[in-house]
Amino acid sequence: MIPEIGHYALMLALGLSLIQGTMPIIGARTNDPVLMSMAVPTALAHFVFVAIAFGALALSYLMSDFSVLNVFENSNSAMPFLYRLTSVWGNHEGSMMLWVSILAFFGATVAVFGGNLPVTLRAYALGVQAWIAAAFLLFILITSNPFLRIADAPLQGQDLNPILQDPGLAFHPPMLYLGYVGFSIVFSFAIAALLEGRIDPAWARWVRPWILGAWMCLTLGIAGGSYWAYYELGWGGFWFWDPVENASLMPWLAGTALLHSAVVMEKRSALKVWTILLAILTFSLSLIGTFLVRSGVLTSVHAFATDPRRGIFILAILVIFIGGALALYAWRAPLLKQGGLFAPISREGALVFNNLFLTSACATVIVGTLYPLALESLTGDKISVGPPFFNATFGPLFILLMLVMPFGPLLGWKRGDILAAAQRLLTAALLSAVAIAAAFALERGGPVLAPFGVGIAVFVMMGAVTDIAERTMIMRIPPGAALRRAIGLPRSAWGTAFAHFGIGVTLLGIIGVTAWGSERIAEVKPGDNIELAHYRVTFDGVFSRPGPNYNDVVGRFTVHRSGELIGTMEPTRRSFPARNESTTEAALMSRGASQLYLSLGDPNPDGSVPVRLYYKPHVLMIWLGALFMFFGGGLSLSDRRLRVGAPRPAKGRFAAAAQPAE
Amino acid sequence: MTRKQRRLVLIGGGLGVLAVAVALMLNAFRDSIVFFNSPSDVAEKHVSPGTRIRLGGLVKDGSVVRSDNMTIRFEVTDGKSEIPVSYQGVLPDLFREGQGVVAEGALDRGGVFDADTILAKHDEKYMPKEVADALKKSGHWQDDYAQRPAVPVGQNK
Repeated sequence: MIPEIGHYALMLALGLSLIQGTMPIIGARTNDPVLMSMAVPTALAHFVFVAIAFGALALSYLMSDFSVLNVFENSNSAMPFLYRLTSVWGNHEGSMMLWVSILAFFGATVAVFGGNLPVTLRAYALGVQAWIAAAFLLFILITSNPFLRIADAPLQGQDLNPILQDPGLAFHPPMLYLGYVGFSIVFSFAIAALLEGRIDPAWARWVRPWILGAWMCLTLGIAGGSYWAYYELGWGGFWFWDPVENASLMPWLAGTALLHSAVVMEKRSALKVWTILLAILTFSLSLIGTFLVRSGVLTSVHAFATDPRRGIFILAILVIFIGGALALYAWRAPLLKQGGLFAPISREGALVFNNLFLTSACATVIVGTLYPLALESLTGDKISVGPPFFNATFGPLFILLMLVMPFGPLLGWKRGDILAAAQRLLTAALLSAVAIAAAFALERGGPVLAPFGVGIAVFVMMGAVTDIAERTMIMRIPPGAALRRAIGLPRSAWGTAFAHFGIGVTLLGIIGVTAWGSERIAEVKPGDNIELAHYRVTFDGVFSRPGPNYNDVVGRFTVHRSGELIGTMEPTRRSFPARNESTTEAALMSRGASQLYLSLGDPNPDGSVPVRLYYKPHVLMIWLGALFMFFGGGLSLSDRRLRVGAPRPAKGRFAAAAQPAE
Repeated sequence: MTRKQRRLVLIGGGLGVLAVAVALMLNAFRDSIVFFNSPSDVAEKHVSPGTRIRLGGLVKDGSVVRSDNMTIRFEVTDGKSEIPVSYQGVLPDLFREGQGVVAEGALDRGGVFDADTILAKHDEKYMPKEVADALKKSGHWQDDYAQRPAVPVGQNK
């Protein structure tokens, strides 16, 4: 009964989205307030029905209802509660359900919090959002229905893919989807602006909370996925330049550019046409990501199943939405009025620089990700484009961007003084020189350029500190007055500083671990030692330990540093009888921001065990930096200007706005 | 500066950055691309020793030999040709005889493929897509490679 309710709710949601996609748009075109006012209740009802469908699927999983094919294929009643819940989205059908749920959720946020939006803009935006929802609901109902039944229900399910049986699955996909589906609403706002044929700085202010929210979730989702891959795959890598990872990085880069260009639009009424284009491109990249991951053109842990019909369906959605949006843009954008003037050396100029580099870096990732697919379909040659390509293209662009980043916030709007900014950054530059010298003196080995990388990271971090120090005048006025200034600073200024600081922290982590990390691979017998970077790891033996739906073979190791006992590590081989598969559960020991990483191979017949031991200096900084960025985004989101400052349109203005401006 | 000059500076800057990005990409494409080959491809195309390639196929049954220093030797086959592979290190969780594998490395002068990476990537059928395609091409694809754990037949609603 429960799956049928879910199925039915899904169809009702489709019907509602069709109403939501037509009536408010007709209303906005004909200036009919009744039709336009249908947008809010239908968006809310749509969300409720999608939530019911999602809830029904989740309930089927929690009750281990194996008469549902999807549950049978991906769950097992022996799994702990958390994994029975998370396996809802640990498969193709369920993850698409999560996709449309989040899409509906963002539509609902516009319905609930969009009270200060102009009525026509809200009607258009919710209408466009409904079209996206309708397309994906059709996709689910036609090609990926999660509610199919099996007549004779099996007694036990086939279990979830073991790699996915990890708390990371509870966090990573929902967060990532909140990010990349979150940009759908920004896309809808952009299309709404084009349909209205009118765009002003207020648009950027209205859309900013959604850009920020989506960007924050995407940042955390990518970082979470990276940490998960790091500890779960047993190789200790934090980023593989795998096409699926790139699929989430591309919208992040475009979204970061959008975040910055929207500031220019809001403050200076410039870059309007460009900002609209970025909003369209960001969500287009999210759609391309969905296509890459869900269509089966790639093989990876993320491609749950391959069915050619699905690929073609998503491709059609992709072509219709991206093609339609860009065509509309080409038609309407020339009608939008150009905005304010600014000198090349200015805050705007710096943000344009940021946009150029972020979009170029994004383009290199797109080329590296799609070129192998294009080449294969054209010539049949199969190639792989791996880390060397991205390090040689993405790397230099990003380093240049980092070098210029600290200057941006110190330049004035309209016309900036680069010399004055450079003077203010003198302290940061000196500290970075000290860091370079220290890195040369303290670290042995590693690439010659690595200390300079440390220098850039420190420069970025200190640049963010300089920005706050300048704004509070901490060096020039008494501490009490500076503190009052600090409290009085707009939260968005703090947000910028935190996010920029976070980029520096992440860069420091990446450089630390890639330049000075070390590893040992060895076969050990009980009593053997492995020495690595001041640490001595002694193998004590293996024992087995049963779990709910798996069996562990645990290796026990004691760790000494400079002769002093600092703890034990227990890397594990976990085998899952239901699928006859096994996974590696690495053991991690944190020492400050650095980690020891130990993973176990299959024990040999003679009792020896192959192990991989890594020393990962400063590795935790990579994800700590992402937390800084998330926190900075949150501060910026809580800025009161975003809520109070957005003026309610006056009656007269509303009447003018409601005219289709053609 | 006039509006026109400012716009020119912007457009010039944009084109400049784009040119740099394109130059970086072309340069990277020259040295960092790795082609995928099946054992038959290697035999037909006469891949020269030292060229980095990806080699994909099935791990031949009974060919895995483990020796000291964690060195593993096995043969990769696509049903037509076989190539001996040597690898030092810990194998990924899903490495098995009779299953698909992708190894990255280069041939040495003796015709042994010296792999530095054995890819752990796989889909739920244990068959990397490249390997499946290569097997289909060489006519050695068997449907049971792709068989999912059996769902009771004909009982889908």
